[in-house]
Amino acid sequence: MSWINLTALWKIVVFGLIAGAGLPALFAGGLYSLSLGPNRVRAAAEGGDSDVLVGGSVAGMVVAAIAFLIILAAIGWCVYEIYTLGHPAPAKK
Amino acid sequence: MGGALLLASAQFGLNRVICDLTVHSPNVRQVHAFENLRNLLSRLYRHIVSNDTVLVLVVITALAFDFTNGFHDTGNAMATSIATGALPPRIAVAVSGVLNFVGAFLSLTVAATIASGLVATGKVTLTVVAAGLAGGIIWNLLTWLFGIPSSSSHALIGGVIGSTMAAAGGSAVLWHGLVSKVVIPAVLSPVIAGLIAACGTWLLYRITRSLAEGARKHGFRIGQIGSACVVSLAHGTNDAQKTMGVITLALIANGTLAKGSQAPVWVITCCALAIALGTYIGGWRVIRTLGKGLVEIESPQGMAAESASAAVILLSSTFGYSLSTTHVATGSIIGTGVGKKGAQVRWNVAGRMATAWVFTLPSAAIVGATAYGIAYGIGGTAGVIVDLVVLAALCGLIYWRSRATKVDHSNVNAEWSGTVAPEQVPAQATAA
Repeated sequence: MSWINLTALWKIVVFGLIAGAGLPALFAGGLYSLSLGPNRVRAAAEGGDSDVLVGGSVAGMVVAAIAFLIILAAIGWCVYEIYTLGHPAPAKK
Repeated sequence: MGGALLLASAQFGLNRVICDLTVHSPNVRQVHAFENLRNLLSRLYRHIVSNDTVLVLVVITALAFDFTNGFHDTGNAMATSIATGALPPRIAVAVSGVLNFVGAFLSLTVAATIASGLVATGKVTLTVVAAGLAGGIIWNLLTWLFGIPSSSSHALIGGVIGSTMAAAGGSAVLWHGLVSKVVIPAVLSPVIAGLIAACGTWLLYRITRSLAEGARKHGFRIGQIGSACVVSLAHGTNDAQKTMGVITLALIANGTLAKGSQAPVWVITCCALAIALGTYIGGWRVIRTLGKGLVEIESPQGMAAESASAAVILLSSTFGYSLSTTHVATGSIIGTGVGKKGAQVRWNVAGRMATAWVFTLPSAAIVGATAYGIAYGIGGTAGVIVDLVVLAALCGLIYWRSRATKVDHSNVNAEWSGTVAPEQVPAQATAA
């Protein structure tokens, strides 16, 4: 018996980085592309601390929507996985 | 309980038959047979009633533990969202409570029963379980009083190990299992979570560096709520199962359930309710330490921390490690402090926490062993009852102590002044 399961350890680190840091980074990317467009330029010209999220660029909005959908899908898939793991189908006789 | 009632009425009926027979028929052998049957039933009845009492007490104690588990750990999911103002405090605990409830139903494999692989399960009696739970509850409440986020799972494991050792000696503890399943993951998990959170934090600030400060704050508050919800769900799935495992273990030990049974629906529902209610009550003292004490958190950091926690908790439970949500959440929050330039981690607060973590297992074990000693010394059902009365009295005392320095939804976000309880300041200052 080993004291430490190295296979599980590296998997947790690698997949953890992908899901735990990668998905929020994707969200940040979505926020960034959402903010592109004329509104942002105007806000920058006016100065001050605007909290407007939508910049007005259509392409930016589409990219942002795709990013947010990927994140939602990932969370949904994860919940589904937990559910199927937690409700094992009765073994066939 | 239903069985006991049935037996009692059967005995009553038999007594009537025996009376009738002795009066109306002189058949001695027939009367004798009925008397034997009655005596057998009455012995069975006494056996079931006394054990049922202990069983009911164990179930109540387990649910009480589940409750403390909930309110001790609200902060793991919601502390950062409360600290950054993404959610109003009372809404945050309500959302977290509901998600904990849902999470408890998400997975039903009571694979990781708390004792399996840690103690020789054959040595575990109902009294041992009750004493172990008492150890866990006391340690949870004490750390809550001091606002220290310590692991509820460790408190429970420590309590059960202590009471098992008191009952059956050190050889009943599987030390290898304890080190490889509990101690090593406890050391590694906060480090891994911290690393992921630090990477996440750095990435988030880097990617959104051209956004206006207000827009960034606004955007990440939304993301933060989402990630905190996932952590709440994961908490319900993970931690409610531990109590379900304990109750199922007790039911099996008592013979109410067959060996290898799944948790019955009423057990799942009760555990889900207890942990959700505990979460809703909100351990404001722990929330304050996590949200304000460790690092001054901004919303991107909050999102990075919660995402890292969710990923590590869910991944490791997929790989069969049941680790402490508290250790992971704390590691993540420290990680976001490391990952942001200019952020300051209050290492003295972190150090105090780490000290508490080291002491969690042995302290809960000592309480568990003492509780077993008391129950064993008095003996039988009375012993367990005395244990639980003492437990209730101690809980009351700790609660009364906590009233002196109250922390609740109104002052949870007050400026950190080095103590759990904010200094008494005029109302308008705390509202700011």
